[in-house]
Amino acid sequence: MSKILLEVKNLSMHYDTLEGNVEAVKNVSFNVNSGESFGLVGESGCGKTSVAMTLLQLQPENSIITEGSIKLDGKELVGLSENDLRKVRWDSISIVFQGAMNAWNPVIKIGEQIREAMREHYPQNSKQENINKINELFRMVGLDESISERFPHELSGGMKQRAVIALALSCDPKIIIADEPTTALDVVIQDQILNEIKKVQNLLGLSLIYISHDIAVIAEMTDKIAVMYAGSIVEMGPTKNVFTSPKHSYTRALLDSTPSIKGEKKKLRSLDGEPPSLIDKIDGCSFAPRCPDREISCNPTEHMSLIEIEPDHYVDVCSQGKI
Amino acid sequence: MNDNLIEVRNLVKHFEVSKSVFSRNKKIVKAVDGISFDIKAGETLGLVGQSGCGKTTTARSLCLLDPKTSGSVNFYNPDTKNMESIDDIDDDGIRVFRRNMQMIFQDPYESLNPRWTIKDIIREPLDIHNIGSIAEREDAIVEILRTVGLTPPKNYLKRYPHEISGGQRQRVSIARTLVMKPKFVICDEPTSMLDVSIRISIMDLMLNLAKELDVSYLYITHDLAVARYMCNRIAVMFNGKIVEIAETEELLQNPIHPYTKRLISSIPIPDPSYKRERYEINFDELDKIISNNPDEKMIDVGNEHLVATHDTKGFFIET
Repeated sequence: MSKILLEVKNLSMHYDTLEGNVEAVKNVSFNVNSGESFGLVGESGCGKTSVAMTLLQLQPENSIITEGSIKLDGKELVGLSENDLRKVRWDSISIVFQGAMNAWNPVIKIGEQIREAMREHYPQNSKQENINKINELFRMVGLDESISERFPHELSGGMKQRAVIALALSCDPKIIIADEPTTALDVVIQDQILNEIKKVQNLLGLSLIYISHDIAVIAEMTDKIAVMYAGSIVEMGPTKNVFTSPKHSYTRALLDSTPSIKGEKKKLRSLDGEPPSLIDKIDGCSFAPRCPDREISCNPTEHMSLIEIEPDHYVDVCSQGKI
Repeated sequence: MNDNLIEVRNLVKHFEVSKSVFSRNKKIVKAVDGISFDIKAGETLGLVGQSGCGKTTTARSLCLLDPKTSGSVNFYNPDTKNMESIDDIDDDGIRVFRRNMQMIFQDPYESLNPRWTIKDIIREPLDIHNIGSIAEREDAIVEILRTVGLTPPKNYLKRYPHEISGGQRQRVSIARTLVMKPKFVICDEPTSMLDVSIRISIMDLMLNLAKELDVSYLYITHDLAVARYMCNRIAVMFNGKIVEIAETEELLQNPIHPYTKRLISSIPIPDPSYKRERYEINFDELDKIISNNPDEKMIDVGNEHLVATHDTKGFFIET
């Protein structure tokens, strides 16, 4: 069961811009087992989406993978030709994009857009086979079959997002990346979509990479999480462990700044300052300028690396003195 | 002594929409359909509901950005020390009214003029309302920048909105609002565009300013967790109606209306060991029942906890 499906090792990626190199992903390593939910959490601009795009190699042209490997089912993805990548994308790994509103072509019917992807990957299937499959997927995500014949503008935000999930499932992927799939939706619709994703994941035994800035959603959706800050993973471990005993000051700050409707109403703690610009090369701890526990013991210029402090629970070495 | 700042009774706002330019059949969208609430001085009332339930329309009608269809809105005029109806406001009165009632918008990227410096942005309301001498205005701007935590102020005066971050922009919005020393501020999802770590500092800032400057807020949000942190009382809105209104903890602990229960059960809890139970309701059914009973009453179940009774089976609420 717990077979490693996706193995990311020392992945680094930068964007080549006029102002200089933006180091968006720095030395990121993680594994996702089959059937497992893996969460990536952090503030905007911390590199969550860049990691997702790099996994699919859909990143913009000015980005360069400088180092590292991405292995899917033992197969190396870094360095594959565009043709080989097309086979992997959607077939083995698919993505639910952030803005469901903008993921559809407004002048093509929903069903036809899903069939377009299926024709590419299953050229041998007949049209009727594809239609049957789409109907089955629609039932799975709680949509009526008639939605196939509708245009995107005829659907509500929640329905469009459900259809995007059906699209992501259309070519039987092993792993789905959900990049903030509910940010534009209100709480009730968000609740329904989260429930749908969980249901489909259990039903098909998929692996899930769930990307969000919302700690509460991540807590519900994932088995394992990685907290990202300024392009690096600063803490990673089983979701329960990270929530009950967060080791990195940044993880603690995130947890302390999340309001909840359950339990005692507690005073929330804010985190002062802004995340660093990724254009300047940062030596040592990128969190040091904002770190609330800085005085305890740390050397902000020390070179950083993840160490295992308990089984499967990794933390940026800087926090060692603060455990 | 009546210490209400705002009294809203049966506020209605309907929009007429026609299918095409030439169509004669006009359809009426009941964006706000007969809501009543009070806001006391120094209190923060949360207005919570899904997108499209009429939260923002309520706010816009309250501050006369859109004329209401019917109903009454009374506000406390600190000059005359009386409650006055917004229908009686004349051209001079509207200045006094607007000085006391301000609004903070959702998107700090769109609500600030990109071609103006921070100083110009905060100065504009002072110029419009002709408050103080030129020198006094300059002092007021510096003072309010310090109050909202943009220090040292002289570093910000000459900057443009694109030169500062989202959190700082929202601080500028708050500064622009509070430089008028209003009694009442309507906040339309002021933190939903901001990052988690910055969100709390803005919320704390608003709470502190409420205490310091004695401001009341109407706080619009769809996130009950945020509302819990910010508000003394919460009103839950569904399809243009308020279905339940109570003190914050009372509402969260003892929700009575099925829609409130559904809303509460959809909020994710930041605790992986907590198993959330979903409370399912049929939205179409609820909508039908509510629209078939236009004269429903709000009843008090104790502790000023008001619930809408839709006198129909399925959603019957015992008195």
